[in-house]
Amino acid sequence: MIEVHDLKKHFSSGLFKKNYVKSVDGVSFHIEKGETLGLVGVSGCGKTTLGRLLLRLVEPTSGHILFDGVDITRLKQRDLRRIRPRMQMIFQDPDSSLNPRMKIGECIAEPFRLGLKGKLHKREIRERILELVDTVGLNPEHINRYPHQLSGGQNQRVVLARILAINPDFIVADEPTASLDVSVQAQILSLIQDLKNEFNLTLLFISHDMELVRHMSDRIAVMKCGRITDIDDVEKIFESHRDLISDSVISPLSAYKYDNLNIATVSELGTEVKASNR
Amino acid sequence: MNLLDVQNLNTYFPTQDGLVKAVDLVNLQIADSENVGLIGETGCGKTVLGMSIIRLQDSSAQMNGRILYKGRDLLNLTDEEMRSLRGKEIAMILQNPTTSLNPVLKVGDQIAEALRLHQGLDKGAAKKKAIDILKSVNISDAIQRVDQYPHEFSGGMKERVMIAICLACDPSFIIADEPTKGLDAKTKMQIVQLLKEVTKHKSMMMITHDLNVATLICDRVFVMYAGEILEEGMVWDVLGNPMHPYTRGFIDSMPCRGLKPIKGMSPSLIDPPTGCRFHPRCDCAMEMCKFEHPKMTEAENGHSVRCFLYA
Repeated sequence: MIEVHDLKKHFSSGLFKKNYVKSVDGVSFHIEKGETLGLVGVSGCGKTTLGRLLLRLVEPTSGHILFDGVDITRLKQRDLRRIRPRMQMIFQDPDSSLNPRMKIGECIAEPFRLGLKGKLHKREIRERILELVDTVGLNPEHINRYPHQLSGGQNQRVVLARILAINPDFIVADEPTASLDVSVQAQILSLIQDLKNEFNLTLLFISHDMELVRHMSDRIAVMKCGRITDIDDVEKIFESHRDLISDSVISPLSAYKYDNLNIATVSELGTEVKASNR
Repeated sequence: MNLLDVQNLNTYFPTQDGLVKAVDLVNLQIADSENVGLIGETGCGKTVLGMSIIRLQDSSAQMNGRILYKGRDLLNLTDEEMRSLRGKEIAMILQNPTTSLNPVLKVGDQIAEALRLHQGLDKGAAKKKAIDILKSVNISDAIQRVDQYPHEFSGGMKERVMIAICLACDPSFIIADEPTKGLDAKTKMQIVQLLKEVTKHKSMMMITHDLNVATLICDRVFVMYAGEILEEGMVWDVLGNPMHPYTRGFIDSMPCRGLKPIKGMSPSLIDPPTGCRFHPRCDCAMEMCKFEHPKMTEAENGHSVRCFLYA
């Protein structure tokens, strides 16, 4: 479905003396159709930039991205626009990814109004909206509200409904639950799982939480300083990347057993970090 | 004696759609140098409860009950008296440092504000003290940092500044509203560590939905749902052996427990369900749960729960 070859993105700053930040520095991988690839790494390692590159929301410095066999790095704007409905992104903060001046209903209707799904009658559009709102677990009464009148979890459902209206093949989910609380997070993620199975979506799931990625993914890619250092099945990554797991600190409430793992305790971690600050 | 004793506290907000019962008959005690956690999902009234205690509530709020702090009822104090207490005796670490800090004031000035007001320090002395406080929350290069603006700080650093502001006048009771929200794992642990250090001889009420953080920092926890306290007890009694079906569901929705969501949505606070407020989402709901409102009952030593299963 997705093939990435030696993808690079360098951000430059400075007028005469150029400084480069190598956010994504030579990354290659592929994602199969219907698969969920988890992308983990500490904050600032280039996860989000990579996700945006895949949809060409930022222009790559070099490298190729093949989407279903088409090299999207070479596409002209017009052709890109034609292929974009097939790939969509769920952003970190649902509240700021919706237009505050658009009612929820208008928001979900936008793909239809733009004619992405062919010409539809007003009544048909309304029926489709009601259907979608129901699929993501919202009430019909929400259609006439504005984003600020809904909670973060509800807004993320609206984002999902809008994405389903477009019916894409590939979704990049960039920490979709970062700003939500535990129980809502569980609701949204199980909704994403259900929708993924129902519509056979391909997913890139970005997160820094190993436990979350473990639940959502078929394979995991580990990213460090702009490079993918390892990519493998979920359990194998958990075997070989203990450092990442202890980084995220094992939950004392965890149901998993981490017996033979040398877990950095809270106090150890604190001193370790202090030492590196010095 | 308890440092803080909240008795039958109500905080209601009149709105066009009706009365929002954000905090409904809450009882809560905090002892000297005790850390207490207040956990629950978004919109259950945690923050409103915190704001009610420090009386930073919207002026439209209708409050009833008693909030005894060192024996004085905070609800009877005048605004003037409350102002002299706030920041000095009781301080709050507000949620979301990015929006809580003033973007056009230097960080040092924001810390010095409380010092000049409550301790009458002059500009130079307040700045000196601000630098010391910044150092005490582990901000390196405090001398330079004190003259910088909030946008020059990272998320974790801003949280440290919030803690510094709160500690400025050495209060004896701290309310921390989601101090670890939006921080990555490592920064989160640093903040937890810092909060642990600074509250060694103070009392703290920490509002959070991060159960891991609660286990690391709190002695006792209160579980809140739809404006009510549903369960309270020592942190490991409650989180290790949860009794209320809601607490159990909340723990099971954690990623490390299998991400099993609680069915349904949290109820409206205008018109909460009759009987037990959790019954429409509860797997163990019985016929009586629909009509009768359960009372808080002590099931084990110091572990109380509001559920008919244990009545």
